[in-house]
Amino acid sequence: MDFSSFIHQLIQQLINGVSLGSIYALIALGYTMVYGIIKLINFAHGDIYMLGAYLGFFATAVFKMSFVPALITAMVGAAICGMIIERLAYRPLRNAPKIAVLITAIGVSLLLEYGGMLLVSPQPRTFPAVFEAQTYNFGGFVVNNQQIVILAVSVLLMIVLTYVVNRTKVGKAMRACSFDTDAARLMGIDVNRVISFTFGIGSALAAAAGVLVGVYYNSIDPLMGIMPGLKAFVAAVLGGIGVIPGAMAGGIILGVVEALVSGFISSTFRDAAAFAILIIILLFKPSGIFGKNVREKV
Amino acid sequence: MLKIENINVFYGAIHAIKGISLEVNEGQIVTLIGANGAGKSTILRTISGLLKPKSGEITFEGKGIAGKPAQDIVKLGISQVPEGRRVFANMTVLENLELGAYIRSDKQGIKDDMEVVFQRFPRLKERLTQLAGTLSGGEQQMLAMGRALMSRPRLLLLDEPSMGLAPLLVKEIFSIIKDINTTGTTILLVEQNANMALSIAHQAYVLETGRITLSGDAKELAASEEVRKAYLGG
Repeated sequence: MDFSSFIHQLIQQLINGVSLGSIYALIALGYTMVYGIIKLINFAHGDIYMLGAYLGFFATAVFKMSFVPALITAMVGAAICGMIIERLAYRPLRNAPKIAVLITAIGVSLLLEYGGMLLVSPQPRTFPAVFEAQTYNFGGFVVNNQQIVILAVSVLLMIVLTYVVNRTKVGKAMRACSFDTDAARLMGIDVNRVISFTFGIGSALAAAAGVLVGVYYNSIDPLMGIMPGLKAFVAAVLGGIGVIPGAMAGGIILGVVEALVSGFISSTFRDAAAFAILIIILLFKPSGIFGKNVREKV
Repeated sequence: MLKIENINVFYGAIHAIKGISLEVNEGQIVTLIGANGAGKSTILRTISGLLKPKSGEITFEGKGIAGKPAQDIVKLGISQVPEGRRVFANMTVLENLELGAYIRSDKQGIKDDMEVVFQRFPRLKERLTQLAGTLSGGEQQMLAMGRALMSRPRLLLLDEPSMGLAPLLVKEIFSIIKDINTTGTTILLVEQNANMALSIAHQAYVLETGRITLSGDAKELAASEEVRKAYLGG
């Protein structure tokens, strides 16, 4: 490979990586926000992403919606499901040991995966083409319109989220709960409502990722959430779990690393690279790139 | 205004508050003094709804509040400055004060009250956009008090406001507490610094391992042999 084709390949993989990474980032945000408030790794989160993809699928294939209404339907539907799950599965365990909640999250994950198979069959479904695939050639770099849509939607959602968290009353309440739950209660904040809201937002973002992936890869199935769920977890840890900009950066970095490994080494090593990152981060900087080194209070 | 009747509070199996009754009259400063671990903070946390009593009654302005969630109690007009200040360190001074007014939606009223807080604590105005975690201990105490006042409480619960502060600052904080009281806010003050607390309080209760052992007029208690020996160093 000569130098110019190397550079060409590098930039092409960066483009692919950023669009894949923004998907991870959207899912990672839900992990990190929920962890920030109730210190739970919600292992069912990847399955909410799957749920969102199916909601988007039914909205487009059955109800013939166009892309934007289908996206919004999926996000709202998943947000409601996420809040119901929190209410039924996690809230009764609020004062239980963390391990009990973690095991419950794994249980919810399995319920969604195999309940999903029961309801919609384990067969992969073909996501309808919501818009015609077009490829653009920018001086030799190939970008298709789906990648542009993925990036545009992700960036837009992240901007909205950043605004909500930093500027609105409910966002301030979220940050207050995440920093010190008891102090937040003393301000008159209904912590249960904030937790519910957080699950809603996180689930909506995961659902958006699910719809975007459905549009991009055209194929969805009830177990599609497992791998991206784990990868997004890696992304959240990489950025610093509980830190919102960290999840965004972690997702993008992970996507780029995967794309580079696929492009330059072999796509079979892609997953290995992602989990190697997890191991390296946990060994050398467990608080993540943006995380502060805080000792857990006993 | 506030009446506590025979409450029992447990931390798991530990019986922290053993049948305590006390009363706070409107317009007064009432102080709870006692050694570390006597249960002073536990009483405040129970009043503000962070802990639920196992038995007993708490009434505020005639309404039973025992066991109600904390957010409802704030809305009734009780605000707490927790032990160790507990400011939101990763947020700005302004955001902390805004969170203090979380239960309110009257924008103009919130703005006016913020001005009142700035008059009382001019340092907070200077540091408005600074993160609360970068403030000094005294400034954080002022912020925690300003934040609690933003909900317009009729009863203010103060938990160890002098903790970790230099003597000069302690004096300043106590004169501010007195001032908050004279402008119409009733205060229940928990302190280890019994000297200072008794000097500004009207009524006082002495707490020992979950029980009230003495109570009465603050000046009289300050003069009594028992209190002088145990809490005032002579």
